[in-house]
Amino acid sequence: MLLASLIGSFGAVFLKMGAAHLNRGFRYIINWQLGLGIALFVGSSIPFLMGLRHGELSVLYPMVSLSYMFALFWSRLFFGEPITKAKVGALAMILAGIVCIGAGGR
Amino acid sequence: MASSASVVPRQASRSNKSIYMVLGCTVFAAAAQVLLKFGANHAMPTMSLADPSTWKPFLVALLGNYQLLLGYTAHSCNALLLILALKDGELSLLYPIIALTYVWVNLLSMYFFHESMNLWKGVGIALVIAGVSLMGWASSRS
Repeated sequence: MLLASLIGSFGAVFLKMGAAHLNRGFRYIINWQLGLGIALFVGSSIPFLMGLRHGELSVLYPMVSLSYMFALFWSRLFFGEPITKAKVGALAMILAGIVCIGAGGR
Repeated sequence: MASSASVVPRQASRSNKSIYMVLGCTVFAAAAQVLLKFGANHAMPTMSLADPSTWKPFLVALLGNYQLLLGYTAHSCNALLLILALKDGELSLLYPIIALTYVWVNLLSMYFFHESMNLWKGVGIALVIAGVSLMGWASSRS
């Protein structure tokens, strides 16, 4: 599951990289970064499905949202986006919310 | 023509446009999940990869399963909109907003699949909405 969220977060990074190409025109929508990003998103669902077979959804759901946390670090690393208190606070609230939704789902 | 070619690279815009686009994404994603769930309930002929004679009925059933197809279409719209949103916005801001999908899916599941609401789900939904709002506020300030 950790693997799925890690792959998913990299998917987002490549989508962001690929999306930058669109600034040169919409016809640049086909590029390898976007392709890889989408492939990673689809690929991340494979370990997710494997995890679903063994674990409970209420535990697995919050783990997927860990990818948001990974994305925060990759954004800092690759795109120089600042990590602010507001972002961390908002992320913590979202993660706590998803944990609660998972807990209520059983 | 020459002048339009030298476009200044746009900075992450101060407007909340990309945030609204990601909000649209979450609606598409939630609709996709509900449609896939409906589609998964369709009875499908069993297919075995080893037996080519089972391929055609499976493919025909797959193409006739319009809920499944609509679900995947919604997923594609979701991806396209996300890409367009990421073009201008910050990834660290926009990506967590996707969590709002959980809220829609829970509400839609209550309506379509008669799943029950309870205290934990209610608190969770409130927290996610609060977190997403905080993200929006953070982006308008940054």
